[in-house]
Amino acid sequence: MDADIEAARPWIEAANPTHPSLIDQNHEVSSLYNMVNVPQCVWIDENGIIVRPPETGGSIDMLRFFDPETGTFAEDKLALAADARTTYTNAVRDWAVNGANSKFVFDAKDAREHVPEMSGDVALAHATFQLGRFVQDQGNQAEADRLFAICRDLHPASWNMFRQTTEKEETGIAVGAEFFAKVGALGDEPYYAGVDMEGMPQPEDL
Amino acid sequence: MTTILTENSRADVTTVGNDGLWLKRDDVAAATGWVLKPEGFCKGDICVPIPAGRENEFVTDDAVNVGAFWALMDKPAVSTEAGDAWFLGEGAADRNAALTSLEAPNFTLKGLDGVEHSLVDFRGKRVLLATWASW
Repeated sequence: MDADIEAARPWIEAANPTHPSLIDQNHEVSSLYNMVNVPQCVWIDENGIIVRPPETGGSIDMLRFFDPETGTFAEDKLALAADARTTYTNAVRDWAVNGANSKFVFDAKDAREHVPEMSGDVALAHATFQLGRFVQDQGNQAEADRLFAICRDLHPASWNMFRQTTEKEETGIAVGAEFFAKVGALGDEPYYAGVDMEGMPQPEDL
Repeated sequence: MTTILTENSRADVTTVGNDGLWLKRDDVAAATGWVLKPEGFCKGDICVPIPAGRENEFVTDDAVNVGAFWALMDKPAVSTEAGDAWFLGEGAADRNAALTSLEAPNFTLKGLDGVEHSLVDFRGKRVLLATWASW
């Protein structure tokens, strides 16, 4: 989910994955699948059928436990996060082996209920974002910024749109003042929605 | 010149007039993927009729009000402030219908090597679609 191929390059090269890593410069997949953050995952079976609609990709709602002063997370929360990641990847492995017989796949009814519903404002935000990316590539950053600001108003839940377009640190990561201000404004709302899967801690459990 | 974008097309056209998005009849199909037929504004099997009595809002002899059709279909259309580029997007109803059908929407993107991959290329395998970002 990177507008800039060169920003994505070092991460992909360092990971050196055996699977394809595709660069979604205009956040098309986010638009098609109504996504809001990374990582999010979708499970698609061998017939092209969604068996787990977009969900938080194994992360837990850790950000509230980040101490900006020390720049670290509490140790016990880090352990919970590691456990959660293991739980999620083990579920994926179970599905890889067992397919439709995996207890982690949703039946059609449950899958439909887990599809995040898109509003008209969000659909407009996606169109606006893609126009913003076009003018950005044309070199008109001022117009792009104007359009990206509209996106934030229309789709405040989208961390993808926000972090792609907000100030970045030297690392390229959007963890500046604007980001933490928006995180602070979450209140009780989670940064990462809980995964509806046995063994995954929900935000309220943390 | 005005650039008309959809999620899978780009057309550079001369628009008609200054109000909203009117295109020359000949430009409509290439720019939008829809065609004007006697039944209305059509794509594949779907035709959206012009509301009775409101023909003037949507068509003239030479031009089609694509913006009005897009709004009629509850799809988002957005332009730059200068009006030199438009994005004709998909509507929420269509997105929701696509996802609740549980047929995973296809997409085609490139890797670092510039090679394109489509989701449908992986039919026959289980696919974990995972998103990440450098930011």
